[in-house]
Amino acid sequence: MTEAATPLWEVFIRARNGLSHKHAGSIHAADAELALQAARDVYTRRGEGQSVWVVRSSDIVASDPVDKDMMFEPAESKIYRHPTFYEIPEDVGNM
Amino acid sequence: MAEDQTLFTYLLRLADDHLILSQRLGELCGYGPTLEEDLALTNISLDLMGQARALYAYAGEVEGKGRNEDQLAFLRYERDYLNALITELPNGDFAQTIVRQFFVAAFMVPFWREMERSSDETLRAIAAKASKEVAYHLRHTSEWVIRLGDGTDESHARMEEALDALVMYTGELFETDEVTEAALRAGYAVDPKSLAHEWQQTVDSVLREATLTLPESGHMQTGGRNGLHTEHLGHVLSELQYMQRTYPGLNW
Repeated sequence: MTEAATPLWEVFIRARNGLSHKHAGSIHAADAELALQAARDVYTRRGEGQSVWVVRSSDIVASDPVDKDMMFEPAESKIYRHPTFYEIPEDVGNM
Repeated sequence: MAEDQTLFTYLLRLADDHLILSQRLGELCGYGPTLEEDLALTNISLDLMGQARALYAYAGEVEGKGRNEDQLAFLRYERDYLNALITELPNGDFAQTIVRQFFVAAFMVPFWREMERSSDETLRAIAAKASKEVAYHLRHTSEWVIRLGDGTDESHARMEEALDALVMYTGELFETDEVTEAALRAGYAVDPKSLAHEWQQTVDSVLREATLTLPESGHMQTGGRNGLHTEHLGHVLSELQYMQRTYPGLNW
């Protein structure tokens, strides 16, 4: 089958209630129903999930790897944005 | 026929259906039309294998001669297999693989649902597990029937050919004989004739959406339940039994 007839879909699986859907991989399928079927067969063979989302890959807007420095590097020098400078009282336990 | 012998034969027929169809789909492992479908068909194959194992294990117990699931699956002769003929037919093209699976799944969905009310506890347990699996098989194959039938000229024509080739093997699924009737009287069996209406409805509604029609079924081929098979079963068995025949008693 041609790429045009079976476009690429991204598969997201939620492992347990309360967790968010995580990207699992991608598949080719003709339409949404078959994409869901294929996602189930390819990515939930070992009891990975409670729920599956599929999204047309072409519908995802992604950052360009070329922009990596501009997009993400400035955050690395701003350690004060991480809440690691506070003393947590013992009673609070793990946050 | 003694009661145990009836139950044994009834279980063996059901187990053989699942084993042989599983083996057929297993042949596609690594050869499926796409990676996604390769996995889907082998998932279905594994479901059927699991059902076959449970049925053989129980059949072995009922028989009481110490034969286990391996011996029943791998060490019988062609004429001893009691599967319906449709399960042993070659995969053909993708249309034929899908139509064969669709016909069987449309039958197995009501079959296992009714079996959940069997008087036999083990059969009820097998049915409860199998029901969820075959529901998926029916959905998967229905989706494909619709897309291939209502697809391109080529896929539509191939689906018509597949329906023409396979329709004569569907009648056997609904047959009863003295074994089925004794099993029905005993209360653990499902009357296949009572499933015919639902099967027809399922098939008709999916085919309608697929812009296909079920060809007139004139002659219905039969014989599998009594060990009379097509020329294809011997070839299936030669591969299926190769390891056990070459290395008797082999364990994984």
